[in-house]
Amino acid sequence: MGKLLVKEKEVVVPGEDLAEGMDLLPGEGCYRDENKIVAARLGLVKVGGRLIKLIPLSGKYLPKKNDVIIGKITEITLMGWRVDTNSAYPAMLSLRDATSEYIAKGANLSQYYAIGDYIVAKITNVTSQNLVDLTTKGPGLHKLKGGRIISVQPTKVPRIIGKAGSMVNMIKKATNSKIIVGQNGLVWIQAEPKMELIAVEAIRMIEKYAHVEGLTDKVKEFLDKAIKGGR
Amino acid sequence: MNYREAKEHIEGLLNQGIRLDGRKLTEYRKPIKVEPGFIETAEGSARVIIGETEVIVGVKMAVEEPYPDTPDQGNLMVGAELTPLSNPEFESGPPGIQAIELARVIDRGIRESKMIDSKKLCIKKGEKVWAVMIDISPINDAGNLFDAGALGAIAALKSTRFPEYDGEKVNYKKHTNKKLPLNKIPISVTVHKIGEHLIIDPLTEEENVSDARLTVVVRDDGKICALQKGGSMPLSSEELDSMLKLGAEKSKELRKFIE
Repeated sequence: MGKLLVKEKEVVVPGEDLAEGMDLLPGEGCYRDENKIVAARLGLVKVGGRLIKLIPLSGKYLPKKNDVIIGKITEITLMGWRVDTNSAYPAMLSLRDATSEYIAKGANLSQYYAIGDYIVAKITNVTSQNLVDLTTKGPGLHKLKGGRIISVQPTKVPRIIGKAGSMVNMIKKATNSKIIVGQNGLVWIQAEPKMELIAVEAIRMIEKYAHVEGLTDKVKEFLDKAIKGGR
Repeated sequence: MNYREAKEHIEGLLNQGIRLDGRKLTEYRKPIKVEPGFIETAEGSARVIIGETEVIVGVKMAVEEPYPDTPDQGNLMVGAELTPLSNPEFESGPPGIQAIELARVIDRGIRESKMIDSKKLCIKKGEKVWAVMIDISPINDAGNLFDAGALGAIAALKSTRFPEYDGEKVNYKKHTNKKLPLNKIPISVTVHKIGEHLIIDPLTEEENVSDARLTVVVRDDGKICALQKGGSMPLSSEELDSMLKLGAEKSKELRKFIE
């Protein structure tokens, strides 16, 4: 039977041995080195049965299938658009995944998405070489107009969204804003100027105090105070 | 968000009298920190933090031959390197237009204000003079490198001490207590125009949509000693007036940090 070398929920650094034994399996953020399981990033250890994985504490976004992200168009090619996904790997949005409209041969592609536009897209596939395919066909996937983009740490995104979107919905409701949180750490916000600032501040606060318990109440308190003070 | 949308968004905020980060139009970011003598091995140095922008400035001194047109004056050289570390837009390699402009605007501020008494830098007329070399390295560019770099250059010059010199060789390992001969202290304030609004201390996002900018350098006696206009849009004479006024007024605020 394999042996765990660290405690559960312990903070580990890349290269640290997590467990010994071939019957344990490396999960997200770990890899196998002979009969050991080694950490690949900074994070908290989580053990689920035979699977050992890491909850990352920092780091760039790693593209994952079915993630909804916010990307920026960087290039228009013959086959579609190249998109910056705020990660180390290039992404492609091919013509047939971009729109259900018919695109005529030789059409000007920038009328759909121009360079510099931000889009909400879903990752359809990540190859073994980490090439990313995107789609903008589907509910909620579209081009972003107006508003502002802020970038947050991708590891804090689950905290910003909250359980079943509770946190982000609270901010949306309080500030009467439209917010889209991409899994890659880009957040789009659109609201009245003053409310927009409050929403940005609330998100920054969540990012900063992501590890604190009772954060929802704290953010609620902040929002109440900020909105009352602003009016 | 293309250029047009970004500009509309920022102008929408400015119309209501606020900026992207919630500041007023003519308000500097907080904190402003100036740490002179940041690098011990350099003759002079300073680190400047304005909001999230961070710049380190170093001063190097050497004994050189003077330029033929100024045989009894010291040499001054300002260089800036926009490192890729400070902004994803910057590329490594030879300095580009941006870096050259940054260095030249700061150079002009120091030169034209007659801040350094360059005649006192002469060792032997026509043969040997002290050269003052200022190097500006942004560590993080979150906007307004002009003001941060200029403030850093001034603070670094103020902290500069001559190295030991025996008439032939400079010993950089030992610094004397002799300071640079400084007179007037210039402060540079860059005013940006976005749409109809005049703002100072822009963020990177605001710099990207700025129509025009004017760097105003003001000496401690209140005289304007250098100007630099940038950006593609023209300025009306009324705008120019209010920019100069704003620059002079705001320079008083910045001056407190280097005294």
